[in-house]
Amino acid sequence: MKTVLKVNGQSREVDVPSDKPLLWVLREDLGYVGPKFGCGQGLCGACTVLMDGQAIRACLTTLDAVGTAAITTIEGVAALPIGKKISEAWIDIDVPQCGYCQAGQIMSAVALLESNPTPADDEIDAAMAGNLCRCGTYHRIRDAIVKASGRKAAGGTNV
Amino acid sequence: MSDQALLAGTRRFALKAMLAAGGALAFEIEFAAAQGKSAPAAAAAKLTAFVQINADNSVTIKAKNPEIGQGVKAMLPMLIAEELDVAWSAVRVEQAVADQAKFGEQFAGGSMSTPMNWMPMRQAGATARAMIMAAAAKQWTAPAAELSTANGEVIHATTGRRAPYAALAQAAAKEAVPAAETLKLKDPAKFSIIGRPVRGPDTVAIVAGKPLFGIDTQLPGMVHAALLTAPVRGAVLRSHDAAKALAVAGVRKVVVLRQLGEEDGPVDGLAVVADSWWTANEARKLLDVQWDNQGREKHSDASFAASAKAAFAGKPAEAVLASGDTNAALAGASKVLKEQYTYPFIAHATLEPQNCTALFKDGKLEIWAPSQMPDEGRQLVAKTLGLEPAAIAVNLTRIGGGFGRRLQNDYMVFAAKIARDMPGVPVKLIYDREEDFKLDFFRPGGFHQFEAGLDANGKLVAFRDHLVTFGAGGKPGRGAELPADLFPANIVANADLGMTVMESNIPLGWLRAPASNTLAFATQGFLDEVASAAGKTLPALMLELLGDPRLIMAPKLPDVPDYFQPPPFHTGRAAGVTREVMKIAKWDDAAVKGRGFGFYFSHLGYFAVVADCAAGADGAVRVSKIWVAGDIGSTIINPLNAEQQIRGSMIDGMGHVISGLKVPISGGQVQVANYDTYALPRIDVVPPIEISMVKTDNPPTGLGEPAMPPAIAAIANAISSLTGKRVRSLPYEA
Repeated sequence: MKTVLKVNGQSREVDVPSDKPLLWVLREDLGYVGPKFGCGQGLCGACTVLMDGQAIRACLTTLDAVGTAAITTIEGVAALPIGKKISEAWIDIDVPQCGYCQAGQIMSAVALLESNPTPADDEIDAAMAGNLCRCGTYHRIRDAIVKASGRKAAGGTNV
Repeated sequence: MSDQALLAGTRRFALKAMLAAGGALAFEIEFAAAQGKSAPAAAAAKLTAFVQINADNSVTIKAKNPEIGQGVKAMLPMLIAEELDVAWSAVRVEQAVADQAKFGEQFAGGSMSTPMNWMPMRQAGATARAMIMAAAAKQWTAPAAELSTANGEVIHATTGRRAPYAALAQAAAKEAVPAAETLKLKDPAKFSIIGRPVRGPDTVAIVAGKPLFGIDTQLPGMVHAALLTAPVRGAVLRSHDAAKALAVAGVRKVVVLRQLGEEDGPVDGLAVVADSWWTANEARKLLDVQWDNQGREKHSDASFAASAKAAFAGKPAEAVLASGDTNAALAGASKVLKEQYTYPFIAHATLEPQNCTALFKDGKLEIWAPSQMPDEGRQLVAKTLGLEPAAIAVNLTRIGGGFGRRLQNDYMVFAAKIARDMPGVPVKLIYDREEDFKLDFFRPGGFHQFEAGLDANGKLVAFRDHLVTFGAGGKPGRGAELPADLFPANIVANADLGMTVMESNIPLGWLRAPASNTLAFATQGFLDEVASAAGKTLPALMLELLGDPRLIMAPKLPDVPDYFQPPPFHTGRAAGVTREVMKIAKWDDAAVKGRGFGFYFSHLGYFAVVADCAAGADGAVRVSKIWVAGDIGSTIINPLNAEQQIRGSMIDGMGHVISGLKVPISGGQVQVANYDTYALPRIDVVPPIEISMVKTDNPPTGLGEPAMPPAIAAIANAISSLTGKRVRSLPYEA
């Protein structure tokens, strides 16, 4: 089925079954391999992208459920003002270990700051708990979100 | 070096201070490197396998080992760059292909990259620097001894002459490679890269979502494969009907996989190949397959527990250590403790599922693999498919988590087999998450029966451990061993270690700090009980047992390479980290409710952990604070990464104890299919972690593993203290 998707500000046409999950359309048909396959059931968050600004699990979202919504992937995140701040904080603090979950983490963090520009520590934890990091980079994820929000760290984490 | 000298040389420092001091500058220079584009090809001079000097005086350094998140892609090139005497901002790091003839051993395991490469990689940098200096000496007809280097330049102080490496590199490439013993290495006091915080070379690319990982491999005309294997591990494929799967639009082929893979875990299965992985994975569900379980369904947690119970009624099948007279010492003891400890199978659950891309063309195989032991994989593929190793090229990709899972190369064999059946077509195989759990090589479960005897003064005079473990033919499998140098059997006058090996259909694998991750829990848990019986805290008992600083030698193992021989154990270093963690936790001799301690020595690293637990508002037990002290020698090569490794080890340890990690076995089947029933720690359970490193005058060693085992023990002991109910079984269940 021919469908036009809006991804990172561009219109892209694909010709695939309408029940194909967005994750695989992005990775296989459009070449956006930043969103990752982890669990296929919305349990790990590695595939997180933004759909009209909301963080969604691309592994569970079929192509026909996307419709005309605007999709933002990690590849397009630096074009968003908050995305740019988050990316810079992520690099500055050197958040990744293996790095596999980080695209999903960043997308969830962008969605959080879009809706709540200065989240408290427990709000950060609540918003990020759907994104698994097998290496355990959680302290730096918190630190990077706090830094990107412009809030002074409250001492919730330490070395 | 004498113990006195060792202790005199002991200095303490906090990672936090290291990161604060000099951090900003290193961040700035390193940021430039990370942003750098790939090196210009024109006029670049390749000096050695590791070092290429580019025309713009930047330097391309090969990172030889697989990067699994342990930070080796920065660490090894840092050693080279230090001795090459260039600024880190001038360094471009490139991943090497698998070629051990050129690069030496290439694997990610055993926390060995640091101890094995600390000198060789520094020598690799010094080699290239010596070649550049030799070229300068010729060009300037100056005595080599008068030349020095700084920041990528050769300097002749007498004449004031100086030249960037790039100006000398073409000539240097023609210089003879100097002998290792002629190389002059830097005085550690002059290190400008080693010991400074350096970001991961891929951090910018990761944050931009660039293709880096095995699963991101894209080749023109590539097809995708999904696997179906038996629910009962090791079952044989009896018959199948692929008609429905083959009828799905986009499906290209169904490949039969028979008894392929590791020698102790051969697998039958079917691979569906399609123009999309999603299509292949959906079509997989339409396969009609009959499996022959061949009796393997008899294995279950209940059968394992029954076998262990029977084994504990008798003597161990194999003696591991017998020193002194344990029977007599127990008979004469004032107080005897006897307890059983147990822990389950667990899975690696790397977030990047196992995958591999392969292309078979003109009799040659090219592989793109996220493997921790790529050369082993090449050999296994060669053996399994009957190819010459030389006909197989292996490219190393970045790896989305290792934890020991990718020390096995099953995915490489499967991908190679499918590719060989489709010549000229690149094939990417990805395991669905359920297959990834099914096809894991599991951290073995096990059962310990301990006995300890205390004399009238509360001194530990006898220690016995009977481990009922898993393996085959009476030999324990991977990570299922009982080492003869187990603490405290290596230190108590009367000690008796023995094991009984059970067979099962569950293949075993090495998981982060193999053996140590179970032994730390069991032995430090039991010793915590011994300490309580003697009216002491565990750290007080530990310091008493460790006594004066001295080296305790471990018995040599047959048929094991030198770098995997058990190392000597230094009681002074063990006591050093025990005292340090007590100090930073501000803990004196008195027991504190909800507080636990754990010490372990593994992978050449000495670590002590204190954990505090408390009941949350919902009544559930939470870890509220962790303190860690470690000793990995004289140098923390990259403190920015060291902090991550240690924090990650603590969080991983929480998974073993409190998040509920276990892989139940029933009917010969793994009863975990995804992350909903395999609950790894999430951000909302992570406590503050305070770290202090004790520096001793020993060569630096690795950090990927040794901090984790004592974390498991400390957290379990903290829960025992909080609830008043001893945690003798993992994971903790309220």
